[in-house]
Amino acid sequence: MTTTTGTPARPLRVAIIGAGPTGFYVADHLLRNPGVAVEVDMLDRLPTPYGLVRLGVAPDHQKIKFVTNAFDKVAASPGFRFFGGVDFGKHVTLADLRAHYHQIVYCTGAQTDRRMGIPGEDLAGSHPATEFVAWYNGHPDYRDCMFDLSQESVAVVGVGNVAVDVVRILCRTPEELATTDIADYALDALRKSRVKEVYLLGRRGPAQAAFTNPEIRELGELPDADIAADPAEVELDPLSRAAVERSQDRATAKKVEILRAYARRPASGKSKRLVLRFLVSPVELIGDDAGRVAAMRLVRNELYATSTGALQPRATGRFEEIPVGLVFRSVGYRGVPLSGVPFNESWGVILNDKGRVLDPGTKEPLVGEYTAGWIKRGPTGVIGTNKPDAAETVECMFEDLARGAVLEPAHPEAAAAETLVRQRQPSFVSYNDWLKLDALEVAHGRAEGRPRVKLTSVEEILAALGR
Amino acid sequence: MNIANILARKGSMAVTVRPEQSIREALALLERHNIGALVAVQGESPVGILSERDIVREAARNERFFALTVADLMTRDVITGQPHDDLLTVAHTMTERRIRHLPVVDKERLVGMVSIGDVVKAQRDHYQGEVDTLQTQLLAGESGLAH
Repeated sequence: MTTTTGTPARPLRVAIIGAGPTGFYVADHLLRNPGVAVEVDMLDRLPTPYGLVRLGVAPDHQKIKFVTNAFDKVAASPGFRFFGGVDFGKHVTLADLRAHYHQIVYCTGAQTDRRMGIPGEDLAGSHPATEFVAWYNGHPDYRDCMFDLSQESVAVVGVGNVAVDVVRILCRTPEELATTDIADYALDALRKSRVKEVYLLGRRGPAQAAFTNPEIRELGELPDADIAADPAEVELDPLSRAAVERSQDRATAKKVEILRAYARRPASGKSKRLVLRFLVSPVELIGDDAGRVAAMRLVRNELYATSTGALQPRATGRFEEIPVGLVFRSVGYRGVPLSGVPFNESWGVILNDKGRVLDPGTKEPLVGEYTAGWIKRGPTGVIGTNKPDAAETVECMFEDLARGAVLEPAHPEAAAAETLVRQRQPSFVSYNDWLKLDALEVAHGRAEGRPRVKLTSVEEILAALGR
Repeated sequence: MNIANILARKGSMAVTVRPEQSIREALALLERHNIGALVAVQGESPVGILSERDIVREAARNERFFALTVADLMTRDVITGQPHDDLLTVAHTMTERRIRHLPVVDKERLVGMVSIGDVVKAQRDHYQGEVDTLQTQLLAGESGLAH
């Protein structure tokens, strides 16, 4: 029987868990292969698709969201279905999927953040940066978060793109934000923001900072925030200078040049001030009597070369304290284990080899289970990096199909899978439903001169669909 | 991107041998796992690396190389990586120093091995991803989006 799987009479049935970019890239590679008949059901615990493109990418970076046009094309392919609002492990189990699909692909991303591991980290006013991001982007699970924007001084720990997004949103004026698709409640809260000073803290030097040159340029062009940097901190140490020269890395040389220009730039009296700091690590958050963050203790770092020549930070004995009332940490992300799916604790990913999920005991591939994206390799790269990653996984899937190593589901019919979903989650959202929601959001946005106005709660979304 | 991101999608750890094992055993391991190098370990710490090159070099001049041990042929001065070493630096170092296999060590414990092939593939995927994302944004610009 398995030898005929993948023909029009008996299509290869695949369940994709997670409707982020990777899920769509996997679906695309599966559906566009002319030699194999494939049906894809994409499940997401949220009612809306696109994952972090909708709920992570900053509202003032609409261009990046343009990639959803490509996802919509995939979704329009025959053989593609979306079941939004269906939570793996809650509404459907691994056993359910094994009974309905030949292959299962986990594309759930990196859903939790790394902790700094310092005293005071859990004081009121200390948050993961991703919670703030999810909140201002209208993520249904985070819309009720509270951030004390009455504080004047904020520290953002980390220099990756999440950290840079957070400082930019904190430094934008309400007028700028009002033209974006930021969540309405977040716009209201940010209108009342009293934030005046925002620190961006990097543990290594300017040459090692993860932000890109366009990102750092954008921070220097904010209409109502002056940018500042310590001239001493943006000068390259001898190790970094040698590394930049050796690699002839022009982008990094340019980055350092931009930062040095910022360090020389006089304040122009804008109402906010964004301070870039390098070679510092938080060692403690200091609370006030009410248990709120009042200050951050930092240690100065120096760089040393590992045996491959990579430069890593090492604490010196020099400390300082900066008064801050709000802290956002963005020091790395990790995947969250899925119920019944082998997990690699060392790297925070699903245990896999090129996307094939492995049995933790034998380290041999489990039949019919795959992974792609951040939950496969860790949180790195831009949206497009997930495309070659997904291609690698799909290649393994087709190889396994060709040698008959697929699950043998008891109910390999599209109708049976839909019946199951309807039983477990009657209010699931289909792709057609989503296209209706999308049109509603865009129409609502057009009236206000915005790309869209997001529906931010599951109740609102279902109500908009007349349920 | 750093080495950890390469190791995360390579299910297997580095294949190891003990220095006192024979070259015959080492060859069998290379063949069985279809790889080009073994890490010689004492306990969990790497003490050397044995590559197919080391074996070929010896085999070309010594008929009795099968009788040797891993310790006889392995390179002892091993450059090791750490999970947080960044891809660009590692790629540069491996190319410059002509290293094909880099054992990765975390707190003196061997946690995996990356090959120059792994590094090249990771770099290629990284650049492909950036190109794809930039193209998408250029298309967005052409279609007249505001930001």
